[in-house]
Amino acid sequence: MTKYQPIMRLVALRITAGLLLILAISAFLFLGLELLPGDFAQNFLGQTATPESVAAIRQELGLDVPAVSRYLGWLQGVATGDFGESWANRKDVNEQLFSRFANTFFLASTAALVAVPLALFLGVVSVHFHNKFPDHAINIVSLAAISMPDFFVGYLLIFFFALVLGVGYGPPIVPEGPLWTLQNLELIALPVMTLVIVVLAHMMRMTKAALLNVMESPYIETAELKGVRPLRVIWKHAAPNTIAPIANVVALNMAYLVVGVVVIEVVFAYPGMGQYFIDAVTIRDMPVVQACGIVFSAVYVILNMLADIISIIANPRLMHPK
Amino acid sequence: MKKNAKTTGLHQTRRQLLATGLAAAAVPILGARQTFANTPTQGGTLRLGTGHGSTSDSMDPALNTSAFITLLSGAFANRLTEIDPNGEITPELAESWEGSENGKVWHFKLRQGVTFHNGKTMDADDVIATLNAHRGEESQSSVKALANQINEITKISASEIKIELTGANADYPLLLSAGAFAIMPLVDGELQTEAGIGTGGYILERIDMGVKAVLRKNPAYFKENAAFFDAVEINIINDPSARQNALLTGRVDVIDQVTPKTADLLARRPGVRLVEVAGSLHYTFPMLTNTAPFDDNNVRLALKYGCNRTEMVEKVLRGHGTLGNDHPIPVTDRYFNADLEQRQFDPDKAKFHLKEAGLDSLEVQLTASESIWIGALEAVQLYSERSKGAGLNIIPKKVPNDGYWSNVWMKEPWSAAYWSGRATPDWMFTAAYSADSSWNDTFWAHDRFNELLVKGRSELDESVRAGIYHEMQQIVSDEGGTVIPMFANHIMSVSDKIGVPDKVGGDWELDGGRAIERWWYTGN
Repeated sequence: MTKYQPIMRLVALRITAGLLLILAISAFLFLGLELLPGDFAQNFLGQTATPESVAAIRQELGLDVPAVSRYLGWLQGVATGDFGESWANRKDVNEQLFSRFANTFFLASTAALVAVPLALFLGVVSVHFHNKFPDHAINIVSLAAISMPDFFVGYLLIFFFALVLGVGYGPPIVPEGPLWTLQNLELIALPVMTLVIVVLAHMMRMTKAALLNVMESPYIETAELKGVRPLRVIWKHAAPNTIAPIANVVALNMAYLVVGVVVIEVVFAYPGMGQYFIDAVTIRDMPVVQACGIVFSAVYVILNMLADIISIIANPRLMHPK
Repeated sequence: MKKNAKTTGLHQTRRQLLATGLAAAAVPILGARQTFANTPTQGGTLRLGTGHGSTSDSMDPALNTSAFITLLSGAFANRLTEIDPNGEITPELAESWEGSENGKVWHFKLRQGVTFHNGKTMDADDVIATLNAHRGEESQSSVKALANQINEITKISASEIKIELTGANADYPLLLSAGAFAIMPLVDGELQTEAGIGTGGYILERIDMGVKAVLRKNPAYFKENAAFFDAVEINIINDPSARQNALLTGRVDVIDQVTPKTADLLARRPGVRLVEVAGSLHYTFPMLTNTAPFDDNNVRLALKYGCNRTEMVEKVLRGHGTLGNDHPIPVTDRYFNADLEQRQFDPDKAKFHLKEAGLDSLEVQLTASESIWIGALEAVQLYSERSKGAGLNIIPKKVPNDGYWSNVWMKEPWSAAYWSGRATPDWMFTAAYSADSSWNDTFWAHDRFNELLVKGRSELDESVRAGIYHEMQQIVSDEGGTVIPMFANHIMSVSDKIGVPDKVGGDWELDGGRAIERWWYTGN
């Protein structure tokens, strides 16, 4: 019986549940694609479809086989780690998916690296200066930011920085070579800034609310009365009790950064997962749609699991369930 | 209202041109700031932002999955023939050609000493293998219908081939200028369609579908006065606002598909100008002529007269287009019938034809979706409002973009659609109006029309052919099932770093899809 055994059990349980969930999602996604009007052959050929070429494509891809056996065939490939080939351009899905996911992850994690510490910091500042000027200022600015649609924030930033001031890059933003270079970081500055502005307010306000809640407890008053400096009260006494809600909201926003940046990708012509996914759905390119769906749902499952684990570690009571 | 004055001015000029029939060739309208010396210079990089292209595109030019592939294959490969900016056919990989038996048999002499980027010499085997790849039952080629007009291809020598068609087609050499017919190399008996290797002015270095293509100049290119840039970068930027931002922030030097709504604002920015050319892209409202009430030509005529096309060009295209006359042949086509009277909005005539059809009023549904073309819903709304006085009650029906071509077009009795236009009247008429075409989107079967169509193909006398195509335009306009209110201009925008020829091709976007080898860097 080690100290971490409950966590291990939880992780094992959550991974199993997560896998089942992803499996279910893949089945629903497949069903959804089936329900959408028109199959791949029709949508791929679009206005240039002739009955013969539609039939030729259907036969080549085996679209005339019943849906259930097509799904099982696909599942068999995935079980061996092979997402197959894109129906449209006959390219390996694994390869394309990896490069697109790398781009999305690069953008999302850079934004998270800026946004999370900044949100926590601003949260603490506004608690420290509760109902004073800095608190009000932070409040107004963050509310304004959250009220603007993300694409509009993107346009504003392009206008002010790239057009008026002549710094930063407008679209297309396409990272080249190894991702984590200074040059690429400079390139993605404006989309990162947009994302930071979009997710900052939510995390900041949650941090503030959680902290304020705890700050009203009697034990904080005791700490203050015994003469502990205010920032130390927040950091040492209040913060540990706010980790759980903050971890949850951070996880939610990080998931958003990965799966919800489609609009930002469009505004900056950034080659991420979103555009890849949408292009595939438009023409019903099943292997690509399914692969993207799995990656997206895996991101959600993993991030939520991490948030839960962090909450448990942060709360000793949960570490020792009866 | 300075802008309005300008657009109406432009519009009137076009109408006058139309009336006098002087607009027989593409008329590029350059922005206020003309470039000074308009002679091409070598060097520089072209950074292009195009609104076409998708992650799902295939390298194979035959599949022609998007206009991006046509643009790309026009840079790295060549076809047998080419349409020049004046709309005339010129040699490309074929040096010369000759038709016999009224255009049923064609001899092509191929250019000698042309090499593919992999070093292989281009010869008859490559050409035959390429053409054959489009033919047959199994073919998924976008030009399958054209390729299947071939009965037999014979190799005469390494530099000469004979194509025998199933029926006469005087336009056949011109049809072979289509982007999908790009000549690919045959290596060890296998046609290399996915490799991106051609004979073109640019060698493909890198491609990321739906994102970017990078090309460098082919030093051994056979064309002398072409391919001026040292390097080319094509960026896919599908969002119109992002595309404009890319140009304004200096990330690209050329963009296509500028939206009519913002074109005039864009042109006001220093350092960029518009390049606009009348094109063959036209917006249509096809009715199913085998379905009531559209099976009555009087109903079709009532709807044609009930369409205020002048206002539609002004409000939906903001003047960046020309009036349509309910047939698909653009003013830029050499067979355009300039004597045909322009149909105008005429509520009285609409009422007259309704009465002829035995109706006092007519209620019909017109289906459209937002992005089949920019402004489609607005056009439908305008159509509906303005036709009310003519006893017509057009009910706009909005449907999702998703699956539009498979579920709405050619299924709903009346819907909105578009056609990009084709290189020849025969091709255009065959594709969308001939009784046996699978894209005959009005299910229209007109005996005289179909008879003329066949006759035109085997007629090698230019004036007789012109007569045939003029009559066909008249028939489609008066009896066809499609309302064609307008032709849209191709609107592009370029920075001052880019030189553009005085004459820009209007057959496809970006100078007939060949801007990459026709435009140049001025370095300003």
